[in-house]
Amino acid sequence: MAVDTARPASRTRPSGPRRVPAARRPSGSRPSPTRSTSLAGRMGRAWRAYLFLSPGLIVFSLFTVFALLFGFYLTFHEWNLISQDKPFVGLQNYMDLAEDESFLKSIVNTFYFTGASVPITMAIGFCLALLLNQAIKFKGLFRTLFFLPQVTPFVVVAIIWKWLYNGDYGLFNFYLLKTQLIREPLLWLSDQNLAMPAVILMSVWSGVGFSMVIYLAGLQGIPHELQEAAKVDGAGSWQRLWNVTIPQLAPTTLFLLVMGIIGSLQVFTQIFVMTKGGPVERTSTMVYYIYEAAFKFYEMGYATTLAFVLFAITLVFTWIQLRLYRKADL
Amino acid sequence: MSATVEVLQPQELDRRSELRPEGAGDRKRRWIRYALIYLILIPGAILFVGPFAWLVSASFQRTGDIFSWPPQWIPQDPTVEGYAEFAQTGALRWFANSAFVATSVTVLQLLLNSMCAFAFAKLKFPGREPLFLLVLATMMVPPQITMIPNYLILQRIPLFGGNDLFGNGGHGMLDSYAGLILPGAVSAFGIFLLRQFMMTIPDELLDAARVDGASEFRVYRQIMLPLCRPVLAATAIFTFMAAWEDFLWPLIILSDPGKFTAPLGLAMFVMKNQTEWGMLLAGSVIATLPMVIVFMIFQRQFVQGVAMSGIKG
Repeated sequence: MAVDTARPASRTRPSGPRRVPAARRPSGSRPSPTRSTSLAGRMGRAWRAYLFLSPGLIVFSLFTVFALLFGFYLTFHEWNLISQDKPFVGLQNYMDLAEDESFLKSIVNTFYFTGASVPITMAIGFCLALLLNQAIKFKGLFRTLFFLPQVTPFVVVAIIWKWLYNGDYGLFNFYLLKTQLIREPLLWLSDQNLAMPAVILMSVWSGVGFSMVIYLAGLQGIPHELQEAAKVDGAGSWQRLWNVTIPQLAPTTLFLLVMGIIGSLQVFTQIFVMTKGGPVERTSTMVYYIYEAAFKFYEMGYATTLAFVLFAITLVFTWIQLRLYRKADL
Repeated sequence: MSATVEVLQPQELDRRSELRPEGAGDRKRRWIRYALIYLILIPGAILFVGPFAWLVSASFQRTGDIFSWPPQWIPQDPTVEGYAEFAQTGALRWFANSAFVATSVTVLQLLLNSMCAFAFAKLKFPGREPLFLLVLATMMVPPQITMIPNYLILQRIPLFGGNDLFGNGGHGMLDSYAGLILPGAVSAFGIFLLRQFMMTIPDELLDAARVDGASEFRVYRQIMLPLCRPVLAATAIFTFMAAWEDFLWPLIILSDPGKFTAPLGLAMFVMKNQTEWGMLLAGSVIATLPMVIVFMIFQRQFVQGVAMSGIKG
C-alpha cells in the first residue's frame, strides 16, 4: 500500500525525501535510510546486495571468468579430447600457429571479408538512411523491407543464398544469362575467385538493414538548427551533407565500424552453411578454422590458442578505434 | 532578412527556404528529386524482398518445379507437400526446442541481469567497483574464446548426464537443454545497459518506499522493474532473437537430433538431404515466421532498442 504512494515519478522527484510525511518516519532514524552509517546497517545492506548479485554472478563466474582462465590454461597444453593424457607443452601451441599456413590463410580470408563487407554495408546503409530520412511516402514500409533480412534467422538467409548462387538452377545465373551479362553460368560458391565475394555480397545484403536503422537514429539526432544555419549561409545540399551531416554522424559511424569489425572477425554461420571453408580454403575464416580444429580434430588446446589470437586481434582493432574516438573528442 | 528567419519555426523555415527562389520551377525540381529517390528505393526494395518472395513461392512448389528453368515465381501447381513432409520428419520439434530455449534464456537474462544491475546501480556494498569493472572487462570477450572451455566445463558438471560427484563418467550437460541455456543466462552487456538506465532513476524514489518499510526486494520488484520496462522490453526482444538464431553453440554441444534448435536442424538438413529442397524451404519459412511476427508486433520497441544500443553501447 504505502509503496504505491511513492510510485508516480513526477510527484516524488522534485522534492525528494523531504516530502515523506514526518509521521511515517521510523522514530529515531535519519530521514534518508541510505545515509545510515551504522556498521550493522551497512552490513545488512551489503548482505542484501550480495543476495541480488549471487544468481547472476555464479553463472558469470563459471561460464565467463573461470572459462577464460581455464581457456588460458588450455593454451599451454596439448589437450586432445580423445586421448587420456593432456601434457603440458609450454608455448608449443603458440609456436605451432605461427607456422600453420592454413591458419594464416584463414586470417587473411577473415581480413578480406571484414575489409570488404563492413565498409560496403555501412555505405549502403548510410545512403538508404539518407533517402528514408526525406519526407517521402511509404517510409515505414521501405524501412521494414530493408530490415527484413536482419530479422530472418541467419541460417535461413544462408540457405536462400546458397540456392540463389546455385550454378545449375540459381536465380542469379538465370537473370544474368537472360540479360546477357554473362555467357556461361557461373559457379559462384565453388569458383576460387568468386566464392569469397559471393559470401561478402550475401553478408552485405543481410547487414544493410542494421546500418540503416542506426544511421536513421543518428540522422534524427542532428539538431535541426545546424542544417538550417548551413542553409541560411547558402550551403547547397552536397555541401551540407559533407560539412554538417557526415561530421555530425561520426559517433554513429564509429559505433557501426567497431560493431561491424568485431562481428565480421567472428564470421562463421554463412561459411558453415554455404561453403564449408572451400573451395581449397578460400573461404576458411578464423572462427571456422577454430571450429574445425576443436570439433573435427579435437585439438582443444590448440584451438583455444587460436581463439586467443582472434581475441588479441579484436582487442587491437577496438583499441585503435577507441583511440580514434578519443582523438576526435566525440 | 535574418530577423525574419529567426522568427520562423524550424519546419516552416524549411519549407520557406526551399520554396523561396522560385515557385513553379522549384516544385518541378522537387518532383524530380522524389522521382529519383523512388527510382533508387524501389529496385532496392525488390532486391531485398525478392529472395523472400521466391522462398515463400518455392516452398509451395513440388520439388520438381523448384528446379524449373525459368524459375516459377507463382507456383503453377501449388502444394503443401513440402510442409507436410517436413512436419512428418519430426522436425517441428526443433521449433518447440528453439522456442523453449529462447524463452528460457530471455526470462533468465531479464531476471539475473536486472538483479545484478540493481545491486550495482542502487545498493552499496564492499567490492562493488571491482566487481563491476570485472563485468565490464568481459564485455569485449568474443564468445568463441569461452566456447571451447565451456564445452569442457559442461562435460564435467557433476551429477548430471551420468556424471558422478566429481564430474566423471558421463557427458554432463552436453547434449542437454540446460547446457544450451545456462551459459547464456546472464550477459555482461545486459547488466551494463540496465545498470546505466537504473542510475538515472532518482534514489529518493526508492528511499520513499524504504522509509515506508518496503523490503529491498519489494523496492526492486515494485518500483525498479516497472520503471525499467522500456529497457527490459528492448533487451528482451534482442535476447530472444539472438537466442533463437544462435547457431555455433548448439552446433557444438548437441548431437541428439531430438534436441536440435531450428537453425541447427535446418543446417543439418541441408547437409544430409541435399535433394529435399521442398522440405528444406518449407522449414525455412517456418523458422522465419516467428521472427517476422515478433518483429512486426514489437517493431517500435525494436527500432528504439537498436537505436538505444547504438547510441549508448
